[in-house]
Amino acid sequence: MSAMADPISVPPPAASVSVSMPPAPAGATTPFAPAQPGQVAEEVAFDINRFSLWYSAHQALHEVSIKIPSRKVTAIIGPSGCGKSTFLRALNRMHELSPGVRITGDLRLYGEDLYSPAIDATLVRRRVGMVFQKSNPFPTMTIAENVLCGLRLNGIKDKQLLRDRLEQSLRMSALWDEVKDHLYRPGTSLSGGQQQRLCIARAIAVRPEVLLLDEPCSALDPIATAKVEELIHELKKDYTIVIVTHNMQQAARVSDRTAFFYMGKLIEYAATRTIFMNPSNPQTEAYVSGRFG
Amino acid sequence: MKRFFDAELESFRSHLLQMGERAIDQTRLAMKALTAADIPAADKVIAADDELDKLEVQIDDEAIRYMTLRGPVASELRLIVVGMKASHDLERVGDEATSIARRSRKLAIEPRLELYADLPRMTNIALEMLRDALDCFVHEDEQKALSVIRRDSEVDNLNRLVYRRLTSFMIEKPDTIARALELMFISKSIERIADHAVNIAEEMVFLSKGQDIRHSDVTKSGPPPEASAPPV
Repeated sequence: MSAMADPISVPPPAASVSVSMPPAPAGATTPFAPAQPGQVAEEVAFDINRFSLWYSAHQALHEVSIKIPSRKVTAIIGPSGCGKSTFLRALNRMHELSPGVRITGDLRLYGEDLYSPAIDATLVRRRVGMVFQKSNPFPTMTIAENVLCGLRLNGIKDKQLLRDRLEQSLRMSALWDEVKDHLYRPGTSLSGGQQQRLCIARAIAVRPEVLLLDEPCSALDPIATAKVEELIHELKKDYTIVIVTHNMQQAARVSDRTAFFYMGKLIEYAATRTIFMNPSNPQTEAYVSGRFG
Repeated sequence: MKRFFDAELESFRSHLLQMGERAIDQTRLAMKALTAADIPAADKVIAADDELDKLEVQIDDEAIRYMTLRGPVASELRLIVVGMKASHDLERVGDEATSIARRSRKLAIEPRLELYADLPRMTNIALEMLRDALDCFVHEDEQKALSVIRRDSEVDNLNRLVYRRLTSFMIEKPDTIARALELMFISKSIERIADHAVNIAEEMVFLSKGQDIRHSDVTKSGPPPEASAPPV
């Protein structure tokens, strides 16, 4: 579906920029080597520089600088309380819902400053969708209503468009075949794994550019986890995905790049293969090997 | 933080070192069988080969178990992968020692050919290389591993020298051909032991640095060969 025909599509990212390489952020390694002659520089979705965040007096993120590539899966790992979920939430300004939050630094999506006063936080959250640890289908809504609620909230009434988007979203979430005959049953009637895929369908129905996944499989059994991981692999063709996970093997399986956070700092950021085969930082090595602490 | 299964990794490392020591001992004993025409020593080497084979199977089993149950990553994963490969090389060293012992046994009952003088020297170099390579397994000393790789040409050159001398001798005294050929094969076995040491050294660089140097310029930068005779 083209952007022209889609009344709620977000305009294409202003930049779709191929970012020239500034110096590497202090303290953390970067997987973005400058493009060699004949190579195409990798497109950057999030370009974040010296981003810090406080909850009142507590500083949760310390000058994080990172470039998150477009249409790849980036895993955020680290022990509890390291700031990874805070970082994820900062990517769509979700933390603004908490009181006493203050930020400094620069956070851009395709070159656009997401924290500019001119940018509406609701629009940011439409561009950057989020799926949470615990599946949370709206309990009073059917499967179809759950998927379409974002569109309806945006005033979309075109029935054909809604029908098309319902099927597309459920197909992209690998749920269509399982629910096509039960679209008007409650969303909560589905199994845990199906509910989580329903939440992913709901998130992608509004066609975001980025999908944030906050421990999306932590409450799922191995079969449902495998389905969600398969889905992540498929979705990265169309979406930039950032996933927070405590499961090291999951990070290794699904992600292209991995960032290790500790005490609010980005310790190491590299290709996932490097993080799990030959990390540069001893803290990263200790964490991925389960020796940390 | 210590983990309850850290002892398994230490046991794996120690079994590999134990296998290395046995491979070195067997090679030394095989050379003693040659130089002293010591048939019981040769028999001992031949009988001990099974132990090295069993150690290889045990190390593979421990490695597969660890990968399956402990999910190693980073340097631990490299250690397990390198350990499996190194144990295969050490088993081959044991095979070469057995081959030397079998040939030494044959030679021991024949009139002696005083042409093996370079073979103990070659063996000493090859076993020093092997020991240094195994030391890297403990100390992860990349420079030492690289020096092992560079020494390989010394053994190659000695092997060529032995080949030339034995060829000339066989031309002069055709009745010695059978015995001289046994010595040529022994020389080749020692040269192969040095090659296994090089393989292990390359694996140790991977263990230490995560960098695969096999078939790279690093391994090809040794001095040019002294002679152009083809290897046996």
